[in-house]
Amino acid sequence: MEDSVKKNLQKIACKVRMGVIEGTYNAKSGHPGGSLSISDLVTYLYFNKMNVNPADPENPDRDRFVLSKGHTAPALYAVLAQKGYFAEDELKSLRHIGAMLQGHPCIHTSGIDMSSGSLGQGISAACGMALAGKLDNKTYKVYTVLGDGEIEEGQVWEAAMFASHYKLDNLVAIVDNNGLQIDGAITEVCSPEPITDKFEAFGWHVITMDAHDFDSIDKAFAEAETVTGKPVAIIQKSVKGKGVSFMENQVGWHGTAPNKEQHEQAMAELSAQLKELEG
Amino acid sequence: MADVIKKATRESYGESLKELAEEYKDLVVLDADLAAATKTGIFKKAYPDRFYDCGIAEANMMGVAAGLAACGKIPFASTFAMFAAGRAYEIVRNSIGYPHLNVKIGATHAGISVGEDGATHQCNEDIALMRTIPGMTIINPCDDIEARAAVRAAVEFNGPVYMRFGRLAVPVINNKETYKFEIGKGVVMKDGTDVTIVATGLMVNEALESAKSLESEGISARVVNIHTIKPIDKELICKCAKETGVIVTAEEHSIIGGLGSAVAEAVTECCPVPVIRIGVNDEYGYSGPAVDLLKKFGLSAENISEKVKEAVKLK
Repeated sequence: MEDSVKKNLQKIACKVRMGVIEGTYNAKSGHPGGSLSISDLVTYLYFNKMNVNPADPENPDRDRFVLSKGHTAPALYAVLAQKGYFAEDELKSLRHIGAMLQGHPCIHTSGIDMSSGSLGQGISAACGMALAGKLDNKTYKVYTVLGDGEIEEGQVWEAAMFASHYKLDNLVAIVDNNGLQIDGAITEVCSPEPITDKFEAFGWHVITMDAHDFDSIDKAFAEAETVTGKPVAIIQKSVKGKGVSFMENQVGWHGTAPNKEQHEQAMAELSAQLKELEG
Repeated sequence: MADVIKKATRESYGESLKELAEEYKDLVVLDADLAAATKTGIFKKAYPDRFYDCGIAEANMMGVAAGLAACGKIPFASTFAMFAAGRAYEIVRNSIGYPHLNVKIGATHAGISVGEDGATHQCNEDIALMRTIPGMTIINPCDDIEARAAVRAAVEFNGPVYMRFGRLAVPVINNKETYKFEIGKGVVMKDGTDVTIVATGLMVNEALESAKSLESEGISARVVNIHTIKPIDKELICKCAKETGVIVTAEEHSIIGGLGSAVAEAVTECCPVPVIRIGVNDEYGYSGPAVDLLKKFGLSAENISEKVKEAVKLK
């Protein structure tokens, strides 16, 4: 990936992280940890991969995105704001009464392709969208992001079986493998490992990538493009809370909002990162 | 008396899907390994490219239907009522109901008349479950003609629809020129002044039989067919409450949360009169021939007549 492209994505991802912090701070609730671990991914998808246009959000030929791990909506909202689907200011009313931005994604919000958040359901909807694309001979792709805890849901494997049976090679499922879920480490709660083997056994082409390295992300999605006849699972090795020092790899930041001091510290860290990128 | 033609509404469902396929190019059918039983096999045979078996995985099937609908398709997700409304409830609620997607759920083998398979497959709770989902339309047709009309109405309607069909062959009672189906509109099948029997599904025929025999005993019973349980025809129900002063409901479903509850809810707000509910009491079913089970559980003309006689005394 060209340095200038990479630097631009890094800057946007930093702004997305600031949006996550702003959103959850103002909401006094929400899920910053997993939002920060997918910030680079959603930035890459919306700014370097997907065929989407905020001026024409309902275009039937657009690529689709389903955030199956819907609790990390703050990252999705932040990237949609960066992309121009709605004003950045909306992030500050996240989860407020009467606000457009709901705690979990809602299909009626501009840029959101599917309501999601009850875990395990988004991937099934993504399968339906991919199937519709096949039926209509359309070339759009469907991307869905799952949590590594989320794949403990049985429905995920029903969907995995379906996608492979119907050869949905227009579907890419990214598993955010940050290793932590609400109750602790995924390996201690009720281990979904080995994740790669499971998807392979279900007939998927599996790729592993570093979730916080745009070269690695770019390489993974380039490989995904070459796959035919089967769906693609990308296991992204990520850091929960990535970008905010005190949130990194801390299970406690799964579903806790930063207070005033923590908000200030997080924003200071992210501002410094952005300054360095812009410098 | 002319021979009574009998047909299971699940067959009407399968045949209707096939009939509507040419006209509605976006219509696709999903099933969960029950195509022979739900009768979607009829569609599958004619349109194999528009039929998707999801395997024994109803949760995913409902989600796939949601995704298809989000891309402009009109999916008919088909399985037994137990799995459509029961097992997949939360997916129907969150992936279909909440985004208000244009998914049609064809739930067959509803109620006690599943017969020999017994309690695990006799779904007497589906109407109650589906009724709590905002924006869900629920249709429970009473015969072949109404079932066909319901499937057509569902495909023409934009929004989620739950359709309830039976396994057992039931008499065709709507084979007349004047028959008209409109979602949300109850049908007065027979006029009467002493009591209104509000029935749905296969109990409509039992209600008509009961009304006939009551006539000879000097009781004038009105029979109303409520095929659309949600949104329910409040106007008609309230009119009947005012005019006849007492209501008996009859459904092949639990007396908790189904037609009886919906009618009682409507009546309490406009014209409180006694509402006697006939249905499956708060209990599970068991194995046996469908016709015998219906009698055992009081889902018969005889039992309706008995309850009506008690009901008119409450006026």
